[in-house]
Amino acid sequence: MAQGPYSDKVMDHFMHPRNMGEIEDASGVGEVGNPACGDVMRLYLKIEDGKIVDAKFKTFGCGAAIASSSMTTEMIKGKSIDEALKLSNEAVSEALGGLPPAKQHCSVLAEDALRAALEDYKKKHG
Amino acid sequence: MNRVYFDHAATTPVDKRVLEAMLPYFSESFGNPSSVLIEEGGPARQAVDEARKKVAELVGAEPDEIIFTSSATESNNLAIKGLALANKQRGTRILFSEIEHYSIMHQADFLRSIGFDVDFVKVDEFGLLNMADLKKKVTKGTILVSVMHANMEIGTVQPVKEIARFLKEQNVLFHSDGAGTCGQVPVDVKDLGVDAMTISGHQYHGPKGAAALFLRKGVPARPIIHGGFQEMGLRAGTENVAAIVGLGEASALATAEMTEKVPRIRRLGQKLMAGIGTITYLHFTGHPAERLPGHVSFWIEFVEGESLLLWLNLNGVAASTGSACASNVLAADETGLKASHVLTAVGVPPEICHGSITFSLGRDNTEEEVDYVLSVLPTIVDRLREMSPLYEQAKKGGI
Repeated sequence: MAQGPYSDKVMDHFMHPRNMGEIEDASGVGEVGNPACGDVMRLYLKIEDGKIVDAKFKTFGCGAAIASSSMTTEMIKGKSIDEALKLSNEAVSEALGGLPPAKQHCSVLAEDALRAALEDYKKKHG
Repeated sequence: MNRVYFDHAATTPVDKRVLEAMLPYFSESFGNPSSVLIEEGGPARQAVDEARKKVAELVGAEPDEIIFTSSATESNNLAIKGLALANKQRGTRILFSEIEHYSIMHQADFLRSIGFDVDFVKVDEFGLLNMADLKKKVTKGTILVSVMHANMEIGTVQPVKEIARFLKEQNVLFHSDGAGTCGQVPVDVKDLGVDAMTISGHQYHGPKGAAALFLRKGVPARPIIHGGFQEMGLRAGTENVAAIVGLGEASALATAEMTEKVPRIRRLGQKLMAGIGTITYLHFTGHPAERLPGHVSFWIEFVEGESLLLWLNLNGVAASTGSACASNVLAADETGLKASHVLTAVGVPPEICHGSITFSLGRDNTEEEVDYVLSVLPTIVDRLREMSPLYEQAKKGGI
């Protein structure tokens, strides 16, 4: 059920966000965005043996921001850190069936949140 | 699912009686109103003249003070550019309130580019024009001021009569954008004392594609669309006869039915406002008393407006938002993503503007619909807050 500029996939992830929530003992947490811009994304990762075994998010933002966060968690679960680092915002956008041009930054934010969470993990775990 | 339409500030459905009145002017009485020397032109001419009388009656004007245009945007452009150009010899300074519609605001750069000096008058936290700031900014050489009658994002109705009185003393022309009031609440241009006022028919069950500008007799103006001699030489182009007939019919119906309609819509709005007021971290915008009937606007902390709007829509409720993220979602790039200039002007912090919602009720809304919205809104707010890292911080005392 697409709505205006949003695809079926975007609306599906907006209405039924995957992996929404927090991880209490997260291995890495990344928060990006700025309330003044209307988007704040926080991504929690649980990493075991170099592999992302769980990912959760909390997001304040528009439909595209919520869908991008949700899709990112789905795409990185089960991946190694190196594989996850290769995830681009274009891939997130593509997996969502495309985002309107004015909303591309939401997928960039998701990529940034992922990198920030992995940075945090590296810092904590040398 | 039955839709609950609480977005009358955006547009309204065409009244069936209006549609009926319009239909003969497409294929049957199709004549050009300027073709007065042939039989076909007669009914079209008569229909346009009749419509002019009805619009004039709605706002207490004379028929020859009503100029038909294609939209409120065009009326605003004709009023500002048309008056500015015709009065340039008296001065070049023009003032707008800082919460005008884009069709006023976005004329500023153009006017500056052709030698006018445009400045903005402040509003207070309720959106009311700051009279002291107006008095300070009306300096020598000021020829024109434009302050909207009511703001459709925050519902505040301006003290237009008081503003008009002051500007008359100063010999400054006064235009007021009445898109939010004409046909919706009683408006009398003579009593208000304005020199020009914009009238938008699709805000009161008329068709899109026809609007009007009241221009007081004797006020010098120049056309901005050049061509033939239509509309007393102030707006060239063959008249959109069917739409003008529709605008006239909608105006006649508004005149006849307003007394019954306004108190009912006001009551529904008050009930909605009282119910919404129970949500935590919620702040109403606009003036608490000087506001449009059935207009409820607010912002909610830790909830982004576009997401709220999308969820309301999924629950069958149509509303609007001043959220930056929704403001220009169809744009080709991200440069249009700015928080609403109206909310920023009344002092709402930009991050909070993102959570703003406007419900604007109309004549066909019911109490059941108000109850329904009140039953779904708190659940949607809770769901979005649950997802929001900002709310989580606030709960922990982090903000």
